[in-house]
Amino acid sequence: MLKLHYNLEKVSMGLVAAIIAVASVGGIVEIAPLFTIKQTVEIPEDLRPLTPLELAGRQIYIREGCYACHSQMIRSLADEIDRYGPYSLASESAWDRPMLWGSKRTGPDLARLGGKYSDAWHVAHLMNPRDVVPVSIMPAYPWLMAPLDTSLLRDRLATLARLGVPYTSEMITRAEADARAQANPDAPDAAEVQARYGERVAVRAFDGDRGRLTEMDALVAYLQSLGTLTNAAWRLAEEAQP
Amino acid sequence: MKATATLTKSERQTGIGLAIALAVMGFAMAAAARHGVMAIHGGMAMVLGLALVFVLGGALYDHPEPGADRLSRYYDAPIRFGIAMTLIWAVIGMGVGVWVAALMYWPEATPLWDWTSYGRLRPVHTSGVIFGFGGNALIATSLYVVQRTSRARLADALSPWVVLIGYNLFCLWAVSGYLMGVTQSKEYAEAPWYADIWLVAIWLTYFALYIRTLARRAEPHIYVANWYYLAFILVVAILHIINNLALPVRWTSAESFPIWSGVQDAMIQWWYGHNAVAFFLTAGFLGMLYYFLPVRAQRPIWSYRLSILSFWGIVFFYMWAGSHHLHYTALPYWVQTLGMTFSVMLLVPSWASAGNAIATLNGAWHKVRDDAVLRFMFVAAVFYGLSTFEGSFLAIRPVNSLSHYTDWTVGHVHSGTLGWVAMIVFGAIYSLVPKLWGRENMAWPRAVEWHFWLAVAGTLVYVVSLWNAGITQGLMWRTYDANGALSYSFIETVEAMLPYYALRTLGGGLFLAGAILCALNCRATMRAAGSREDAADRPLAVQPAE
Ligand code: HEC
Ligand code: HEM
Ligand code: HEM
Repeated sequence: MLKLHYNLEKVSMGLVAAIIAVASVGGIVEIAPLFTIKQTVEIPEDLRPLTPLELAGRQIYIREGCYACHSQMIRSLADEIDRYGPYSLASESAWDRPMLWGSKRTGPDLARLGGKYSDAWHVAHLMNPRDVVPVSIMPAYPWLMAPLDTSLLRDRLATLARLGVPYTSEMITRAEADARAQANPDAPDAAEVQARYGERVAVRAFDGDRGRLTEMDALVAYLQSLGTLTNAAWRLAEEAQP
Repeated sequence: MKATATLTKSERQTGIGLAIALAVMGFAMAAAARHGVMAIHGGMAMVLGLALVFVLGGALYDHPEPGADRLSRYYDAPIRFGIAMTLIWAVIGMGVGVWVAALMYWPEATPLWDWTSYGRLRPVHTSGVIFGFGGNALIATSLYVVQRTSRARLADALSPWVVLIGYNLFCLWAVSGYLMGVTQSKEYAEAPWYADIWLVAIWLTYFALYIRTLARRAEPHIYVANWYYLAFILVVAILHIINNLALPVRWTSAESFPIWSGVQDAMIQWWYGHNAVAFFLTAGFLGMLYYFLPVRAQRPIWSYRLSILSFWGIVFFYMWAGSHHLHYTALPYWVQTLGMTFSVMLLVPSWASAGNAIATLNGAWHKVRDDAVLRFMFVAAVFYGLSTFEGSFLAIRPVNSLSHYTDWTVGHVHSGTLGWVAMIVFGAIYSLVPKLWGRENMAWPRAVEWHFWLAVAGTLVYVVSLWNAGITQGLMWRTYDANGALSYSFIETVEAMLPYYALRTLGGGLFLAGAILCALNCRATMRAAGSREDAADRPLAVQPAE
């Protein structure tokens, strides 16, 4: 062995090839199967994609680095299930690009946040967390009241569709209109949003004002959608009950 | 001597060509994107390109050309630049680290402005220290070490500049992007897609430079330090390319979606993330350790066999360990188990490296006592041993159930990054700066001693307070009362963290003070550059003309 290495040290390209070969094994063994086994490729029948408004909210969530303090991955541990709800399944994030599981809980997990608070609570909390939770150390986000930039909505849906998320061409062409309608129940095409994305989609003035479409609308719509895109985890939890 | 004066006339001309290409690329980017972050980034590249055209153009006829005897010397000018950038990024990255730390117990410490919000500053800290500070230190020292251990001059004079300047443009794009709200959100891979492509080009140039220089070596064997640097260059390239595969939302926008999704994305991200730790924050710095520690102690590496064992152990085992970041998550159980098993086995090559370094100091302990620079390297090796032990422990599933998501992880991170990475960099910098600027010693030798104690105290305060924070929080989250209900609301566990967050800021402040002192000391040394030259510090073979 030593002799072999003694010779390898004299050939730089040999060293290069050996490093690449030795380093590749682990990743191949652990990652390749994830693209084939049922547990990791299954997609629940009732899973719905995010609406254009919620997707815009998700991009804001990413932009502001909310993921640096909040996880979206409930581990299969008793205390986490008691605190946050049924543990997270791989299939729930099947279409998440990127996944936002997170690695640090400076704030609580948000995987099952949808429906936990009212829209007004979220708006007040995001404007200044300390108005709602006095000792909170979460940053305030008053600039979210700015108008939402809708110029990329269509391209976002189209790009995700190319990557395999089931957005129809109608959803793509109507992306901007759907975003406006979802935040304004008075809009003539408000019903279309639910026709396209399902009955469970919330159509409301998330920021409390029907007249304008803000980043706040998008972010709150996204937060309210968390954990509500499929019931798979609840079904599994019920089945497990004796 | 001005950096441009080290280039021949034809090199300056080629350099101008490259600078024009950069400016044109920047202009094209800005023109295509028209507005938004990508346009600003294009503008930055254009300004940088034009500035380089002016610098090189101005020098074209002013400075005399270096004589042919330059080929009988090592080419150190780009290394001096790399060291200066290391120091600048150290102050920026750690300064933002302290800022971010302060925001965690005093969220209103800084004005309410989107650019300076916690979520945008945090990646500025992580990229600033890892890529800015760590990366520049790695590139600069690798170019120094490959020349000395091969007894050969760098293969050419332009590509080291391309690598260093291009790499710093990448860092600048990344951190300025976060401030303006552009991030891919994958930890340690947040830079936008075009910056990622740019980095691939820079990295290939780096690899080519390294391998071409090795090919000129006058020694038959490739020294251990170079194995580690090579592993760093190669594996980081593989990880970076695979983890960052993404489809831009529009070719003229900085936004993109990764081609991986959900659980596959999580596994690829942490395969990348953990091995960014392994091959960026460990392998490269082990290369640094394997060169600078023996040289400073003037003792050969204790065991050659052990260095072979630990090298291949690290290259093989680390790549399996990423899944320990995903214990109890939706990742299949068997993958978690593999990650845990390999993480524990990883302790063997890790301690072999740390032990080899410490045993090398046998017989030189009096030097460790007297020389603060060697002490930096010794402490680095000790913290390397400690943080890998801690890492293997944290990777055990039941332990991870407590530590994951808490500040224990952050404590572990900083025992590795402050205690190991930053300490070894400071040791290398204090060894290099006097040499590269032609002096016997640092301008303020006593300040090195001060820096050492600030750094050690800062690291200990930081790490110990976060161990306490993490374990406390982990236990509070899982405590049940007699009725079987959870005892603590989440916000109570946040409140319990506040004293530790304050202490951590203090520890970080001490560490930052040391780093600033180091930067000032280096600046004073650079300003008083001498002309001392070590006659033995020369390439062995006369180089062929370039
Ligand atoms: C510095 C870390 C930090 C950042 C960044 C952060 N948060 Fe928080 N978040 C917290 C903390 C701590 C709490 C718990 C106290 C509270 O409710 O304010 C919290 C609570 C919350 C809650 C209430 C959860 C619950 O179940 O009670 C929501 C919703 C929330 N954050 C959303 C966000 C969003 C959206 C962002 C990004 C725009 C964000 N957070 C950024 C730290 C953070
Ligand atoms: C001046 C000293 C430093 C201070 C005060 C500091 C502070 C911080 C803070 C407050 C965080 C965020 C923690 C959280 O999310 O809870 C952080 C994260 C991080 N820092 Fe530092 N830091 C310092 C130096 C460094 C150095 C030198 C490095 C690397 C070379 C480094 C690497 C990191 C990394 C990798 C993370 C992310 C950790 C994770 O996601 O778990 N830091 N730091
Ligand atoms: C044998 C070696 C090591 C092992 C097995 C190991 C293991 C671990 C484990 C189990 C975690 C926690 C993951 C989680 O719960 O989220 C972790 C996090 C981390 N470690 Fe290590 N570690 C090792 C060495 C190091 C060293 C030397 C450094 C730094 C130089 C380092 C830097 C980090 C970073 C940056 C993270 C945080 C990642 C994140 O969540 O963002 N590790 N490591």
